[in-house]
Amino acid sequence: MKVELRGIKKCFGSVRANDGVSLTVEAGSIQGLLGENGAGKTTLMKVLSGFVSPEGGRILLDGKEALFSSPAQAIEKGIGMLHQDPLDFPPLKVLDNFLFGRDSGFLLKRALARKELLELSERFGFTLDPEAYVNTLTVGERQQLEIVRLLSLGVEVLIFDEPTTGISTPQKATLFATLRRLAKEEGKSVIFVSHKLEEVLELCSGVTVLRRGKVAGEIAMPCTSEELVRLMFGQVITTHVAEEVSLGEPVLELRVWGVHTYRLDLSPVSLQVRAGEVIGLAGLEGSGQRLLLRACAGLIKPSRGSLFLRGEDMSGKSYQKFLDAGVAYLPAGRLEEGLIPGLNLAEHFVLARREKAPFFINWALARGDAGRKIEEFNIIGSPSTLVEGLSGGNQQRALLALLPDSLRLLLLEHPTRGLDVESALWVWDRLLERREEGTAILFTSTDLDEILERSDRISVFSGGKMLEILDASQTDVEQLGYLIGGNRG
Amino acid sequence: MEITLLIRILSSVLANSSPLVIAAMGETISERAGVINLSLDGSIMLSAMSGFAVAYLTGNVVLGFLAAMMVGALMALVIAFASITLHQDQVAVGFVLTLLGAELANFLGEPFVRRPGPRVPYMPIPLLRDIPVVGEIFFRQDILVYASIVLIVVVWFWIFKTQAGLRLRGVGERPEAAFARGVSVNRLRYLYTVVGGALVGIAGAAYSLSVKLGWSEGHTLGNGWIALAIVIFGGWHPFRVAFGAYLFGVLISLGGILQRSIPGVPTQVFQAAPFALMILVLLFVSGGALERLLSLFPPRMRRVVGDALRVAPPSALARPFVTE
Amino acid sequence: MTYSQRLVNLLLGLAPVALALMLSTLVLIAAGAPPLEAYKHLLQGASESPAKIADVLVVWVPLALCSAGLLFTFTAGLWNIGVEGQIIFGVIFATWVARNLYLPATLLIPLMIVGGMIGGALWGLLAGTLKVYGGVHEIFAGLGLNFIAITTNIWLIAKPWRPDLGATMQGTDPFPAAAWLPRLAGLRLSPVSLLLATMALVVVFFILRGTLWGLQLKAIGKNARSAYLLGIATNRHVLLSFALCGALAGVAGVVQVSGVWGRNIPQISGGIGYLSLLVAMLSGFRALGVAPVALFFAALGVGAARLHLRMQLDPSLAGVLGAGLVLSVLLVAGLRTRLLISREG
Repeated sequence: MKVELRGIKKCFGSVRANDGVSLTVEAGSIQGLLGENGAGKTTLMKVLSGFVSPEGGRILLDGKEALFSSPAQAIEKGIGMLHQDPLDFPPLKVLDNFLFGRDSGFLLKRALARKELLELSERFGFTLDPEAYVNTLTVGERQQLEIVRLLSLGVEVLIFDEPTTGISTPQKATLFATLRRLAKEEGKSVIFVSHKLEEVLELCSGVTVLRRGKVAGEIAMPCTSEELVRLMFGQVITTHVAEEVSLGEPVLELRVWGVHTYRLDLSPVSLQVRAGEVIGLAGLEGSGQRLLLRACAGLIKPSRGSLFLRGEDMSGKSYQKFLDAGVAYLPAGRLEEGLIPGLNLAEHFVLARREKAPFFINWALARGDAGRKIEEFNIIGSPSTLVEGLSGGNQQRALLALLPDSLRLLLLEHPTRGLDVESALWVWDRLLERREEGTAILFTSTDLDEILERSDRISVFSGGKMLEILDASQTDVEQLGYLIGGNRG
Repeated sequence: MEITLLIRILSSVLANSSPLVIAAMGETISERAGVINLSLDGSIMLSAMSGFAVAYLTGNVVLGFLAAMMVGALMALVIAFASITLHQDQVAVGFVLTLLGAELANFLGEPFVRRPGPRVPYMPIPLLRDIPVVGEIFFRQDILVYASIVLIVVVWFWIFKTQAGLRLRGVGERPEAAFARGVSVNRLRYLYTVVGGALVGIAGAAYSLSVKLGWSEGHTLGNGWIALAIVIFGGWHPFRVAFGAYLFGVLISLGGILQRSIPGVPTQVFQAAPFALMILVLLFVSGGALERLLSLFPPRMRRVVGDALRVAPPSALARPFVTE
Repeated sequence: MTYSQRLVNLLLGLAPVALALMLSTLVLIAAGAPPLEAYKHLLQGASESPAKIADVLVVWVPLALCSAGLLFTFTAGLWNIGVEGQIIFGVIFATWVARNLYLPATLLIPLMIVGGMIGGALWGLLAGTLKVYGGVHEIFAGLGLNFIAITTNIWLIAKPWRPDLGATMQGTDPFPAAAWLPRLAGLRLSPVSLLLATMALVVVFFILRGTLWGLQLKAIGKNARSAYLLGIATNRHVLLSFALCGALAGVAGVVQVSGVWGRNIPQISGGIGYLSLLVAMLSGFRALGVAPVALFFAALGVGAARLHLRMQLDPSLAGVLGAGLVLSVLLVAGLRTRLLISREG
């Protein structure tokens, strides 16, 4: 089915997410939709798949104007979307997920559906267990389930929104083979949304580049990555080279140290991190990196081994003691675990103060302090701004501003997730300043490039095991992806 | 002798637990859809009073049940409107309705206090009632008891075996995904909240017309809270919820026997026992008590036993759904 | 703000009152009572004489005390339904002090107050402990503990504290005179209790508004997870808020036994604990709002007693009006945001 979007417009408040965007996808082809975070890619695709109604523009399917106001109607017209976080039901079984939304009378026809599910997944070489619960699957398997489900509903157009985020290299290879097959052999129209140049170059037959809600250009393949970069950013940006920092004393030492939780066990790890060192934790989500960060912050008690901070054994110490020892932890959910919606910036700075405070708060003084921090960290807001009113980038700046002045160990989860390039650079500049002051940094990221570029050493996680610690200068994306997939050495 | 006593106890547990079972089934389906009807205690009270009043005035038990059903559904409708349409806090609205229901019942029920009224007739089932033991326990009851047992099976079947039940689960687990698959999330939530409320209403009338005949101030006080706790204990699964309700009935009647056999213990202990039991039960399913118990099992069994005992609420419970 | 916007705001402000009145009028009609006459009695019953006004203040004191305490737990995001039980444990401890310590009033009364605070605080702490360390939601913990407290008190009155003459369920013997709060001449009102309630409101106001602890409590209420990560000792703060709320409820219990009844009776708390939750909600969780809202609820309660005398109507009409009002406020608040959103969008 040929898909044409003509002059799509959509605003969110004062932000023009889509400002007259047009896009054409031929049947049997893979069209790339490229742009950095916040360029308007997801909004455009949500318009096409019925999640968002546009304020202007038209959608043509095989030349005929199509109107729909819900995702279910879009699927009826043959358009299905796979979301970055698969839109399925994690507590339900694979088979029930497959059945959900296929109206076929009163009773659930499980036997019939199981046969169809198994046939379809075999056709694409997927191995899906109908009786498994979705919350035990990997993101890659959940994508496969969604592909099979949408195909069974007779979808002709498939939209993939950043599908390679959070899947391993072998799974990525399977995914790309599936996408090619869908286009070439099954004649479907595939739209591949990504912010990663190399993936688009590898896979697509044509690329549309979005920048700030507008089409920056359209290119047919083959082309060079320089051309794409110029379209994405307006100019070619040079990548940073990590500066040499002399490493100091050991800050953190783990000795055969393991963590046990209901969901996941982290096998015993031995690791030494020195002052000023940056260690990137690579791996699929849920492989144990987050557990390691939380346990290093003192939030989870280890089940064995010991943890030393600057030579002091921290076994059995509370989270408060870890804070006192100069450890800080920044989780990924900024409004869930970090900031407090409903409180303003000044109140946050009062709460974050580590030194003994007087019983009664001096608000005039507090507002003054907050004002200085806000200026220092370039936060767009005032002491009385509620934190939920800040943009994602400004929330991250606020979180960094809340950190105490002297830190020994900084633990970060996805420090630049959802930020535009400029904010991400700013965040890293700040972190590198910390490192020069002798703070050791451990961070996780789903972006392997970020890990490679920013770390001194990289530790790779898979299924609750820390597989390897690599020197960042001695490895590359291929090797990391291979290890993340669960292969040793 | 011992056996006849046991049969009598089980038979009365079955009868006395039926309102609790019906109310807990109603709450189970509302919560499965993502809406907490916290007003249960007030709803049961008001519907018990209305059911009795209507049956008393008309002399017709069926009309009494209809009235009680409507009262329960109406209370649930207020919760649905306030939480689904107006996005108000379900706990706040539910709590206020609990008080309102109780006060309304006390105010409007005054003329009916301690009046003898009609009751649901005893209805042993021919043939089946003569089966030894089983017949004596199960088939010499009133229709309400039979209905409550059928209800458990129907609710289970509906939730796990039908298309509609799959949609119900989806709406409570991840409304966004249900919407993407063509489900009108909020309409379904209204529907199940109101249906659940109607069942709660029936439970109320089951007290005043069968299990605890008549009406007096605070007639059913506390039972709604126990039903709410049983839904949590039952992990939102109809069979387990029903098990919880019957277990509760057994424990209470054991208490009654103890009371008779050990006269030294003050009666107040047995009056407070249901609520102490309620707290203990919740402590068991939600607290660290379970984890400590699990650590006694060998590691290989921990996961299996843990999965069987641990309960998780519907993921979207009490969370309003808005489309973009 | 334009004239029409002001009008809309005024209407929205009055709407809950109108809604609640509509509900109670319907209820009165259903009960076969003339509504206007009932409202007249309600109003007069609460205001016709200085004695009646003093009676309103007598009810206001425990309501204000409990609602003030609830501001702590509500600020921390907790539904402390267990106030009723906390009042009763205050009563129980104070009764013990009054019956067992033979001291002059200047010592006995402060000791009773301290005892009541300890009793209420312990019962509150129990609910808090179940919540923090047992994972039992405070609604269920508090509610269950209420029933347990009530039956405990009934047992105490029926058995250990049974009056020497006539073993009825009416209550204990009257306390010795030294255990009575001093009253204003000819009235049931004690200036000491009035002072206690006012002090509680003022102290709660300043703690929640101006102190670091108040801010930390607010942070826990809005997002306990973030608050913990920021280094706030959330468990300790939650427990402390339960204890403080319980302590104030305990004081309310002391006022009931030593200022109003002069002895311990089974229905000593009389639903004040539940009512104070409504008061706190209607006040918008602000100390300044508690004083007038509690006064309104107290007037309703006192007025309703006369309904019973003159029209044989159950005094629970006051509860219907009160709960109806809070429900209407919730509904209208929801409608207002709905209207605002649809106007913008």
